[in-house]
Amino acid sequence: MSEKLMVKGTEAIAEAAIRAGCRNYFGYPITPQSELAEYMSRRLPQVGGIFLQAESEVAAVNMVYGAASTGKRVMTSTSSPGFSLMQEGISYIAAAQLPCVFVNVVRGGPGLGDIQPAQSDYFQATKGGGHGDYKLIVLAPSTLQEAVDLTYLAFDLADEYRNPVLILADGMIGQMMEPVEFPELRDLSTLPKHEWALTGCKGREPNKVTSFNIDPYKLEEMNKECQKKYQKIMEGERRSENYMIEDAEYLLVAHGTMARITKTVIREARSKGIKVGLFRPITLWPYPYEELSKLSENVRFILTVEMSVGQMVEDVKLAVNGKTDVFFYGRTAGVIPTPNEILERFEQLIRMVKV
Amino acid sequence: MAVKGYIEIDEDRCKGCGLCISFCPKNLIRFSEKFNSKGYHPAEFHDPQGECIACGFCYQMCPETAITVYRFQGVIENE
Amino acid sequence: MNKTVFLKKPQTLSKKEFTYCPGCHHGIVHRLIAEVIDELGIREKTIVVAPVGCSVFAYEFFDLDGTVAPHGRAPAVATGMKRALPDRIVFTYQGDGDLAAIGTAEIIHAANRGENITTIFINNAIYGMTGGQMAPTSLIGMKTTTTPYGRNSKNDGYPIHVCEMLKNMKGVAYLERLTVSSPQEVIKAKKSIKKAFETQINGLGFSLIEVLSTCPTNWGMTPMEAIKWLKDNMVKEFPLGVFVDKTKGVI
Repeated sequence: MSEKLMVKGTEAIAEAAIRAGCRNYFGYPITPQSELAEYMSRRLPQVGGIFLQAESEVAAVNMVYGAASTGKRVMTSTSSPGFSLMQEGISYIAAAQLPCVFVNVVRGGPGLGDIQPAQSDYFQATKGGGHGDYKLIVLAPSTLQEAVDLTYLAFDLADEYRNPVLILADGMIGQMMEPVEFPELRDLSTLPKHEWALTGCKGREPNKVTSFNIDPYKLEEMNKECQKKYQKIMEGERRSENYMIEDAEYLLVAHGTMARITKTVIREARSKGIKVGLFRPITLWPYPYEELSKLSENVRFILTVEMSVGQMVEDVKLAVNGKTDVFFYGRTAGVIPTPNEILERFEQLIRMVKV
Repeated sequence: MAVKGYIEIDEDRCKGCGLCISFCPKNLIRFSEKFNSKGYHPAEFHDPQGECIACGFCYQMCPETAITVYRFQGVIENE
Repeated sequence: MNKTVFLKKPQTLSKKEFTYCPGCHHGIVHRLIAEVIDELGIREKTIVVAPVGCSVFAYEFFDLDGTVAPHGRAPAVATGMKRALPDRIVFTYQGDGDLAAIGTAEIIHAANRGENITTIFINNAIYGMTGGQMAPTSLIGMKTTTTPYGRNSKNDGYPIHVCEMLKNMKGVAYLERLTVSSPQEVIKAKKSIKKAFETQINGLGFSLIEVLSTCPTNWGMTPMEAIKWLKDNMVKEFPLGVFVDKTKGVI
């Protein structure tokens, strides 16, 4: 039984990456996640790893592209404006099918925005912030223990599918402190070997890593290969949590930090006799459409709660496909909804729908 | 004719950095005992002998532009 | 006995209280820029482009039209403004992360084009606003939150010398590195800043003033200790002086 440590979110994610066998970090300071880079600068030399503060996020994502193409486990972290800068690199990385892990500690936007938590990068993360037909695997933790577990998992998923994986956190997850247990330090010799990696062609035919093909039919083939992979991921890697679902007459849907707050709303509503449950997607891509679709058959309506003006709600509507009403409540720009205001809106909707 | 003058320090703008105190060639500025609204000990002009020559060094160094420097006009008699 | 005001807040400096740390040189340089703009009588046609960094609110501290650019892009934003309104005075105010890390391409190309803008570059060898990480201009051996064991040239490279890097570009018309660590230096610096703005007014090309500055908070020193550290260490690494001056005979 490993010990419980009281850690800050950004540092928990960094340590989890090290436990997963990540020995390469390239990043740039940006609030509210600079401590992740700072932690890596202290810790990576201790485990024989490489830390480099890049000159910008554009440089950082390309350094990730380089290290990933050599087959090593590598990651970067940033916040919304920096994540925007990385989009070109992510598109290249996804097209070249390179494994690596990104962390976006989302803050209020758009533009320079502010430094408080938000969930307004959902579209950017799941519908492709960069150009072209690609997908990132997107994992949304709602506690620090989950952030640790999902970060550890992210590297395995990245290697298994040769795909970039994104941990979509927010400023609250990044800055709060909670007790966590870390997995054991991964033995680097047990990491998967990558036959495709660029390591110098001694003793073999040269490997190429590209995202480019001047022949559109060949490029289409490259895309089809990725699409087949995405299909596999959609079938095999959906993750979600049901909370107080069994007898629920109403359903709330929320992810990440918002889900924690929504659980409080549910407990409060239940104490008033309202039978409500929470569906919490953990993978935002692949989105657990099937699971949510089934749940939508038995409830009077669904209320989606987000720290945005309504992004995940579109995926909820896709999942529900008209089977019941879908409503939205949210605050954006770094304002965090309180349990009371969510409950008020929920009860208002109950009254409205009854009429 | 000696140039003489005095300074006014906006004590609520002052952040107690001490640069004016260090650079006053006549040592006429000191930290106040009290706190200002920001919680700093503001700089305080203390010139009982009227020695300030309005050199403006305090103004030049003040990062908050909290200091205004005045010059007296006319000949000043030495007492 | 009549008294006159000898030195007071310049008009171009707004009444807003600075958000800088005690003893930070940002405040001194802001005031010098404001004094120069007052003296040149250009307040109503000057536009400021603020960076991302401690001085992200610089546009609030000047009584001027202003904006804040994405991190590092101020020279590009200023270029857009100056090309659209060539008779306005446009200046960027940037820190070492903004100008010499993420913004290297933008500053080099603005200088190379001889863009008729003025850049005031505050070099305090550290990232202030985000909490003390290494800057491109951090000294070898300097402990920062991302070089906890000291900056090491093998891993992290060498401090970047912006003036030396730009001085051979033909588009550069005025280039100087200076300090504001004493009243005498402050008075001299104002003359240099004025020259930079006059370079722009006379359409001579790109002008940049690099100001070696302290960061007492992230260096972990008092304001006076920080000034001493700057004099003992930074001036050795970043020699002061005028690198390019095409104003001779013109202004």
